[in-house]
Amino acid sequence: MSADFLYGIEVLINGLMAGVLYALVALGFVLIFKASGIFNYAQGVMALFAALTLVGVMEGQIPFSHLINAIFGTDLHYFGWTVPALLAILVTLAVMVLFAWVVHTFVFRHLVGQEPIILFMATIGLAYFLEGVGDLMWGSDIKTLDIGLPQGGSMFVEDLTVGLGGEDFYGFFIDKLDMVATVVAAVLVIALIAFAQYTKQGRAMRAVADDHQAALSVGISLNFIWVLVWSLAGLVALVAGVMWGAKSGVQFSLSLIALKALPVLMLGGFTSIPGAIVGGLIIGVGEKLFEYSIGPLIGGATETWFAYVLALIFLVFRPQGLFGEKIIERV
Amino acid sequence: MKRTFTAAAVAALMTGSASADLVIPDLSYRTGPYAAGGIPFSDGYQDYFALLNARDGGIGGEEIRVVECETGYNTEKGVECYESTKGEGALVYQPLSTGITYQLIPKATADGIPLHTMGYGRTSAADGEVFNWTFNYPANYWDAASVAVNYLLDENGDDLSETSVALVYHDSAYGAEPIRTLEELSAKHGFDLSLFPVTPPGQEQKSTWLQIRRERPDYVVMWGWGVMNQVAIQEAANINFPMENFIGNWWAGAEHDVTPAGAAADGYKALNMNRIQDYPVLGEIQTQVIDAGMGAGDGTNVGKVLYVRGMYAAMLAAEAIANAQEIHGVSDITAAQMRDGMEQLEITEARMEELGMAGVGPSFSVSCENHGGSGEGLVQQWNASDGVFEPLTDFITPDDAVIDPLVEADAAAFAEENGISPGCL
Repeated sequence: MSADFLYGIEVLINGLMAGVLYALVALGFVLIFKASGIFNYAQGVMALFAALTLVGVMEGQIPFSHLINAIFGTDLHYFGWTVPALLAILVTLAVMVLFAWVVHTFVFRHLVGQEPIILFMATIGLAYFLEGVGDLMWGSDIKTLDIGLPQGGSMFVEDLTVGLGGEDFYGFFIDKLDMVATVVAAVLVIALIAFAQYTKQGRAMRAVADDHQAALSVGISLNFIWVLVWSLAGLVALVAGVMWGAKSGVQFSLSLIALKALPVLMLGGFTSIPGAIVGGLIIGVGEKLFEYSIGPLIGGATETWFAYVLALIFLVFRPQGLFGEKIIERV
Repeated sequence: MKRTFTAAAVAALMTGSASADLVIPDLSYRTGPYAAGGIPFSDGYQDYFALLNARDGGIGGEEIRVVECETGYNTEKGVECYESTKGEGALVYQPLSTGITYQLIPKATADGIPLHTMGYGRTSAADGEVFNWTFNYPANYWDAASVAVNYLLDENGDDLSETSVALVYHDSAYGAEPIRTLEELSAKHGFDLSLFPVTPPGQEQKSTWLQIRRERPDYVVMWGWGVMNQVAIQEAANINFPMENFIGNWWAGAEHDVTPAGAAADGYKALNMNRIQDYPVLGEIQTQVIDAGMGAGDGTNVGKVLYVRGMYAAMLAAEAIANAQEIHGVSDITAAQMRDGMEQLEITEARMEELGMAGVGPSFSVSCENHGGSGEGLVQQWNASDGVFEPLTDFITPDDAVIDPLVEADAAAFAEENGISPGCL
């Protein structure tokens, strides 16, 4: 096999894995939109906030220490202990559940029945508020996230494939972190689907997603379900924050990963978990292959805009996305 | 009682303005995606002025008043900050953003307030006859590109004819700045140059580094900023690219750029326009500013790369103020007088030593024709185990034979577009 062909395969594999990372972000959007019709602009900031909280808890950082020091003239920064990663993840999950309750109780419960654009505006406000709270709570320096995730290319894969394409082929490069992200994403999706299919709360969540007024009429608590859905979106945000934060450190630009999810949602549909996965994979592979094959001819840096072009092409033919609910207009 | 209160308020305001005559706006960014770079620079900038106030009672008997305005590294906010602070008697602006600089050049020129864009902004502003109110000493982007190539020449026995260099750059006006210079230098020295743009913000660079892995350039030079730097260093480590052959520019060479990659970033190199070491002045800042509770931050940034750069920028501003006071024989100088102080600035080794920061930057002098200083930069290397950047070289001189004509041509084009007749003020 020619080296060029093998490098094309390498790009395809890496595109699939990048797609998994995009899908992780898109999943959070889908969960909330499906259950409540809210397009949550704050999903990227939730990923940032969750990752900041995880690192802060692990390092034993005192929340709001800068604020406390500024007001009281103290010099507090750390509690003096560190927390094991697993325990810190559980604490962070508890914080995200608390956040879900606060958001629902103080914001969205009061906006039930409002136009989607009002709800969307509320999430924009929420995004900026949460970013500010994250800054005040944990500071704006870049934090190193070390929960034992592997980094670097897999030497096993490289050594196994190095001879396939002659001396110009150096073996496949597969990022170990991407491999872990793929496994984690697969487990997460299976767990979410199992939760939705086989648990009472999951079935209630699906009922609310189908018709929240009908669900209300059979005694399902909408308040509980919406808090549950925001909590699950918080869990997905934490996973996305960890995976992306491990690549770049936990920093405020992490909130921009939401931009990577938008074409995935346009393509996969806003209401389908499998759509988010397949959409992520198509976007990941599409943008990487385009950059590999066409990018050098037109100056490169095509990935961001090409993802949107690809999504737009799909939209023209299937406005509800690949897996979105079919739009039926009755006259 | 109401009259008494009003009179007291007016008196307080008047006292406030009379006791703080040297106004230095600080267009900082302590929030948002670029805060990690903005905070240490601003801390260093403000703490040095605070030291001068605390230790010397200001400059020439006049206290310095720093007016901080948060830009969030956003060009529109930066312009708003300029508009809202210029009326306070601003002496000089340090926009700390190439985007903001481009917007402020015509405004500051019209308002008669000097800009100091140290190592960023419009490179051709080094031509002082066209850009009368803009200064970019001690070095600019094109100097940086040339310094990097001169370093590689030194590394390779003055022969780069068999060498390949990849430029990984932020796909923006800032990132594209060195391309023209590197192309000229590639033609001159015969090295093979390949270009790899990275879409901002740069969180996803897998395609770029897969290409680099395939092409295996001898060196990678990076013009990055923000999250692009951390991701690039991590991706380079992932593909086992030798860190000692990876050289960032001076906006891709701070501690926060390398720490997320951990030990894998060990050996990474970056340019710097100021040397990092334990200067006596840092000790003075610690005791007289930080420990006294007057620091702009909590003191954790003291001595870091961008803190020292902010302090260095403040020192250059303070020296220009003192120069202006001496030239005009007044202590309470105006922005126009500040410009004169900047245009006749001379920084010597002896003066830097006297200030407790011997060798922090190159010695240079400014003139009407040359607002760009000496253009020198050094190469520093990250020591991951000690968590510090260590200077690897002394200050390296750029190739002025290549850069000067480029500056001249760009400045001439700007002058023609804007109807400027070049000349000294």
